[in-house]
Amino acid sequence: MTEQKIRVLVAKPGLDGHDRGAKTVASILRDRGMEVIYTGLHQTPEMIAEAATQEDVDVVGLSILSGAHMELFPRVRAELVKRGMGHVLLVGGGIIPNDDMKKLEADGFAKLFGPGTRTDDIGVYIETEMKKRRAHSA
Amino acid sequence: MSLQDVIRTDAAALWQRAFDKGEKRDADFTTVSGAKLEPLYGPDDAALDPETDLGYPGQFPYTRGVHPTMYRGRLWTMRQFAGFGSAKQTNERFKYLLAHGQTGLSTAFDFPTLMGYDSDHERSRGEVGQVGVAISCLRDMETLMEGIPMADVSTSMTINGPAPILLAFYIACGERQGVSPTKLRGTVQNDILKEYQAQHAWLVPAEPALRMITDVMGYCATHVPQWNTISISGYHIREAGSTAAQELAFTLANGMEYVRRGVAAGLDVDSFAPRLSFFFDSHIDFFEEIAKFRAARRIWARKMRDEFHAKDPRSWMLRFHTQTAGVTLTAQQPENNIVRTAYEALAAVLGGTQSLHTNSMDETLSLPTEKAVKIALRTQQILAEETEVAHVADPLAGSYFVEAQTNRLEKDAERYFAEIDKRGGVVAATEAGWIQREIHRSAVAYQRATEQGQKKIVGVNCFQEDESGGPTIAIHKIDAAVEREQHVRLADVRKKRDSAKAKRALDDVRDACAGKDNLLARFVAAAHADCTLGEIAGVLRTSFGEYHEPKIL
Repeated sequence: MTEQKIRVLVAKPGLDGHDRGAKTVASILRDRGMEVIYTGLHQTPEMIAEAATQEDVDVVGLSILSGAHMELFPRVRAELVKRGMGHVLLVGGGIIPNDDMKKLEADGFAKLFGPGTRTDDIGVYIETEMKKRRAHSA
Repeated sequence: MSLQDVIRTDAAALWQRAFDKGEKRDADFTTVSGAKLEPLYGPDDAALDPETDLGYPGQFPYTRGVHPTMYRGRLWTMRQFAGFGSAKQTNERFKYLLAHGQTGLSTAFDFPTLMGYDSDHERSRGEVGQVGVAISCLRDMETLMEGIPMADVSTSMTINGPAPILLAFYIACGERQGVSPTKLRGTVQNDILKEYQAQHAWLVPAEPALRMITDVMGYCATHVPQWNTISISGYHIREAGSTAAQELAFTLANGMEYVRRGVAAGLDVDSFAPRLSFFFDSHIDFFEEIAKFRAARRIWARKMRDEFHAKDPRSWMLRFHTQTAGVTLTAQQPENNIVRTAYEALAAVLGGTQSLHTNSMDETLSLPTEKAVKIALRTQQILAEETEVAHVADPLAGSYFVEAQTNRLEKDAERYFAEIDKRGGVVAATEAGWIQREIHRSAVAYQRATEQGQKKIVGVNCFQEDESGGPTIAIHKIDAAVEREQHVRLADVRKKRDSAKAKRALDDVRDACAGKDNLLARFVAAAHADCTLGEIAGVLRTSFGEYHEPKIL
C-alpha cells in the first residue's frame, strides 16, 4: 500500500506582508513529498478556513510576523471548527512571544514554531503527528 | 620580463604551492550570498582604472563616496526607525531618541496604515499599532509631531502604497505648525515596485501606483523642494531572501524604471533625479556589503550620465540610507545581536552611507524596548566617536579583494539588467512573478545551507544553549487599548469635521484619478478637510482597482 500524501495548507492571515518564512516552509515541505497549497498574502480567517475545507487538507500552518496572532490565530481556529474542520493538525509560526505560544497551544493549536526553527524539524513533526493520527484512525 | 617580475612570479608560485599543500579547514568558503571566494586576491583580480572606475570622493563615478569631505564634513545621520502603538506613544519615543543624540526621525507605521486602512476598519482588527504607529488622519499626524519642530528635523516615513497620502498629512501638519512646505526635509519611501517584489504592502496596481509616484516627484519639485520623493529600497528585497547581487540589481533596475517614468511624464530628468535616494541592507558578510555599496554608486552614476543623459552631477550621485540586517538577528542568545549589528554598521560606514539605522537586539522577539534601542544607537555613537574609522574617505579602496568584489557585483548586476530587459522590463518581470521567484529561490537555498551546516549561525546551528526557559531579555508588548482609543479618536474626527467639505475633497480626488491633475495636491486638500487615510485610499481602490499578487508557488 502506498502511503497517502499529507495535504498541507500554508496560510498568511491578516495584513502582514512577511512571507519569506511561509514560502520557504511551503517549498521545503513540498520537497519532502507533501502536497502543499499556499494561500498567498492578506487572507481573512474565513478565506483560510474556506480554502482548508475546499482542499480537504490534513494540516493548516499559519504564519504571522505582525503581532496580530492573538487576534487572528484563534479566529482561524473558530472558522475551521465552524466548517467541521476542527480535526486538522493546526500549527503556526512567526514572531510570537513564549507566553502567547503557550496560550495558543492550550487553545487548540498543536504546536507553534518560533524564529530559528529548522524547517526539517517542522517536517518531521508533521510526519510524526500524521502517522500517529492515521494509525489511530486505521 | 624584468628580474623583479621573475622574482614576483616566483613568489606567487611559491605561495600557491605552499597554499595547496597546507591544511585547510572543512568550511564553506563562499560569501553569505554563495559567491565563491579565492583564498587570496592580487592586482590581476582587481583590474581597474583608478581615474574612470574610482575617481575621487565627490567626483564621478562616486565609487569613493558622494561628498568630497565625506565624514570629515558631516557624520552620517543616525536615524533609528521607530513607531508603535498610538501617535502619542511614538511621539514620546521620538523625543526620547532626539534627547539621546539621534539626528533624524524615521517612522514605522502599522500594517493597517501601510495597507491604506483606517484603524477602525474590519481588516485592521488586532493589527492596530502592532508593528508601527497607527496614523489614520491629519489629527494623528499632528499628535505624532507634537512639540517637534518640523522646520528643524528631517523625517523619514516608511510607507509605499499610500505614501502620497501620508506625505499629504505631513505637509498639512507642517502648515498647521506654521512651517512652509519649502522648509520641510525628509524622505518618503514611496517605492512601490519593491512592494510587489518583496515587502508586500500595496494599494493599487502598478500603472496607477507609478503615476502617483510621478505626481509626487512633480509636486515636490515645485512645492517641497527639499523632500526626497522616493527611497528606492533594496532592504526588503534582501530581507525577503535575495543575494547581495540581486539586491543591488533589482533595486537599481527599479530606480531606472522610476527615472524612465518621470521622463515619460514630461519631467526634466535633472528636475527630479537629485531628490531620488536609496536604501540598502547591511548584511553580515562584511566585505561583500562594502563592495555592494561602492558598486551601487558606480553603476548609478554611469547609468544616469550615460543612459539617461542627466547633466546635473547631483543626478548622478547615489545617496543612501542603510539598515543593518534584521534577518541576521536571532531569537537564540539575543544579546549576540548587538555584536552582529555592530559589524554590519561598520560595513555601512566603510561603504559610505549617508544615514544609518542599527537594529535592536530584541527585534526577533518583539518591537524594541527603550533599553535595546538605546544600545543600538550607542553602537553608532561608538563607531562615530571612538573607533576613528570615519576620518578617511573610502578607506578600503585599492584593496585587491574589495575592488575585485566591487567589479564582480557590478558585472552580476549587469547580467540581471540584461535578463530583466529580456523579460520586458522590471514591471513585466514583477507582474509575471519572475523577480519574486528569483528571491524565493535564494531564500530557500540559504535556509538549506544553514540547516545542512554549510552556513553557520551562532546560537542556532552551532554553539547552542538550552533556552527552553524563554528569552533572557525584556519584551515590549503593545497594549490592546490602543486600538479602542483609535476607534474613539476617528469617530470624533468624523463627527467634528465639515462633512460637506470632506465630501467635496474626496470627489476632487476621484476626479483627479479619472483625469490628469496632480493627485498629491488633491491629497493635501483632503488632509486639510480631515478626510481619513481609509477614505482617500478607498477612492483610489474604487478608481484604480486592487492589486493581486501573481502565484509564485
